Amino acid sequence: MKKMFLLSSLVAFNMLYANPVDGGVLVFGRSGDSSTLDPSKATDGESFYGTTQVYDTLVQFKLGSTEIEPALAKSYEISEDGLTYIFHLREGVYFAPTKYFNEKVEMTADDVVFSLKRQFDEKHPYNKINGPHDYWSAMDMDNIVKDVEKIDKYTVKVTLKKREAPFLANMAMDFASILCEKYANELLAKNKAQDITRLPVGTGPFVLVDWKKDDKMIFNANKEYWGGKPHLDRLIIRVIPNPSVRAAELKAGQIQVMDFPNPAELKDLEKNPNIKVMKKEGMNVGYMAMNQKRAEFKNPLVRQAINHAINKKAIVDAIYEGLGSVADSPIPPSMWSYTNDIAKYDYDPKKAKELLVQAGYPNGFKTNMWVLPVSRPYMPDGKRVAEVVQADLAKIGIEAKIATYDYTTYLEKSKNLEHDIMFSGWTGDNGDPDNFLYALLSKAAAKLPANNYSAWENDEFNNLVTKAKETPNQEERVKLYEEAQKIFAKDAPWVTIANAVNVVPMLKKIQGFEIDPVGKRRFHTVWIEK
Amino acid sequence: MISYLIKRILWVIPTLFGVSLLVFSMLHLTPGEPALAILGEHATAESIEKFNKEMGLDKPLNEQYINFISKAIKGDFGVSLKSKQPVLVEFKERFFATAELAIVAMFFAIIFGVIMGVISAVYRYSKFDYLSTFISLTGVSMPVFWLGLMLIYLFSIYLELLPVSGRLGYEFWVDEITGFYLIDTLLNKDYPAFFDAFKHILMPAFALGTIPMAIIARMSRASMSGVLKEDYIKTAKAKGLSGIRVILIHALKNALIPVITIIGLMMGTLLGGAILTESTFSWPGIGKWLVNAVNQRDFPIIQGTTLIIAIIYVSINLITDILYAVVNPKIRLK
Repeated sequence: MKKMFLLSSLVAFNMLYANPVDGGVLVFGRSGDSSTLDPSKATDGESFYGTTQVYDTLVQFKLGSTEIEPALAKSYEISEDGLTYIFHLREGVYFAPTKYFNEKVEMTADDVVFSLKRQFDEKHPYNKINGPHDYWSAMDMDNIVKDVEKIDKYTVKVTLKKREAPFLANMAMDFASILCEKYANELLAKNKAQDITRLPVGTGPFVLVDWKKDDKMIFNANKEYWGGKPHLDRLIIRVIPNPSVRAAELKAGQIQVMDFPNPAELKDLEKNPNIKVMKKEGMNVGYMAMNQKRAEFKNPLVRQAINHAINKKAIVDAIYEGLGSVADSPIPPSMWSYTNDIAKYDYDPKKAKELLVQAGYPNGFKTNMWVLPVSRPYMPDGKRVAEVVQADLAKIGIEAKIATYDYTTYLEKSKNLEHDIMFSGWTGDNGDPDNFLYALLSKAAAKLPANNYSAWENDEFNNLVTKAKETPNQEERVKLYEEAQKIFAKDAPWVTIANAVNVVPMLKKIQGFEIDPVGKRRFHTVWIEK
Repeated sequence: MISYLIKRILWVIPTLFGVSLLVFSMLHLTPGEPALAILGEHATAESIEKFNKEMGLDKPLNEQYINFISKAIKGDFGVSLKSKQPVLVEFKERFFATAELAIVAMFFAIIFGVIMGVISAVYRYSKFDYLSTFISLTGVSMPVFWLGLMLIYLFSIYLELLPVSGRLGYEFWVDEITGFYLIDTLLNKDYPAFFDAFKHILMPAFALGTIPMAIIARMSRASMSGVLKEDYIKTAKAKGLSGIRVILIHALKNALIPVITIIGLMMGTLLGGAILTESTFSWPGIGKWLVNAVNQRDFPIIQGTTLIIAIIYVSINLITDILYAVVNPKIRLK
């Protein structure tokens, strides 16, 4: 008994004062494979899981947050007019040698110019290789960046076409990763430029060893990583499409961390003594958009009525299974400038009915409602959400017919604003409110193909979010965004439904893992308890 | 025989042409722009236009088709819209996993199916016959993903005998020579890896092979029962040959003819249809990859792979027909 006590207190002591232990292999189980390892060609999260391990960016999001911190650039300066960014690069950072490019090359301004310029300069040798640079276009960088130049070996100047406060955050995204120019040129000379999509050479914490498609990616630790060598010896990212099988692998200890558990199986995982489930508010919002191209939804009273008619709490409790919270703003609470001090719509069918009468629809009306056909991070089960909403609307006399399409068609038709009501959501790209408020609700976003699915064009709101984009001072931006949220809430172009929680189950002995709100999976600081 | 062969081979050309035209038109007639599927929610009008232009999707359909087919004849099946890798390269990386699984599953299905069928036919209405009928019926009606999950829970989680998923444990490293791990591990003389690969393939092959096994068992039973009633079997028995000899040498040869056709057809189905099994057991084959391609409207992958699978399918049918003709000369006379 005494021995037992001694032993257990020893274990407890060890756990309390555990120092990171080096060594070991970590296997991470995810649902799908990367489509490419060229960060500027990828648009899917799974691809970025791969590139994040190998590549670095000039600045990065602090682990587990959306705050920007220096990375390959040790510092930066922004000109008064906000049009020039000077990045001072870290010296003595080397691209890690690999099996396919066994050379130790120092990262310099040339690599930065190469990596960014290839995405917009049509004369660049890599501009046309392997198709368009999708994310660059999607982030509207063509209209933001004018030029990227080398000042000296360790200094790069980026000139913008217009003021763009979220630019720095964009530089922390995967598409802005820094590739090795020398390696790329060698590939080009050998006529093997397309190899850059599967054989990456980067400065990141891990080095790619092998990629077996749809099976696994194997990485070794980059022992000379500028940010300190990783604790793990090796990282394996396995593809396990079925969530139940992923959970089974975790229970069997064959993988140590798993992606996207099936909500129904979560309780079972939480009960397992070897497993801990990490949860963190995600940077997302699930919502229902009412298309203002339709006569009924032009009237703000109707939109407010619908907002009052829907029991969001019931939806979050029943369908998100507790893995989410009721949303009231178009930006999630984890985002800076979020405010709670806006018009609220409690569940109140009586008031909803009154508003509807005021709006001139005492008997309600008929409408169509499009249901998300796939499960998305911000909406795990679109069909069930729609069914609850349908029942709620019926109570105030609005008869909503449910329809759906496969996801691609759904997106296409929604972007053409062919719907009456549709469900959607958004996961933030860069931790900036602009990425929600301007990208989804501005007048520019209402142009076809629209991301502004409500076709909501509000001058006051639009001026605020446009001004915020051009304001370098963060405090001022916060004020502008708070104001914008108030207008949004009053005018109610959406029914904001929920902010979903990110959930990552893992073995208890895994330490140092953080859930990134931007959806990255980083393993640089992870270690395995012995 | 030769004229039969030539005729049979010439038929392949219009078949493949028909398949390519059908797949191409079906794909391009269904709504859903690939640019949107690939660029997703973040797509802007500009990026969609740029994408279509660079991928040649802005050209008229007939031009796209001619382009596709003329390249395919030269063995170039295009480039994936998503990964920007040649379709053939992507296909090869996954095909051998699927082929290995399909072959092992088929092997399992044939051996158990034929044995069960033959014993059932010989001992008709015995306890074994009822049992095998029960197994076959259950096998045909059980959804593969459910069977797969049950197998995983029983053999991996509960009994801890077999690995949950994948093709080979991460502690092993195999230089790919043929792409078939069971063979490559042996060629590398890495016997622990061979044993590991064998353990990995057992459950998925069983799950995938269950339905064909059930069908083969039913077919062999019916066919064998018919043959056993024939006069020449009675003659052979009358001559005093042993029961086993009569069944294995005289009856089985004839009873297997219809079974061979079915096996040929099923092999093609297994190759293309291992989607659920591959997904359940995380088997890195063409199944899941193809489903993703369909969801993402990755036209070159769908077109190219369908055509390649059609070529394989047609070739297997061709071989089956030729085998058939060799076994039964009456066929080619017709």
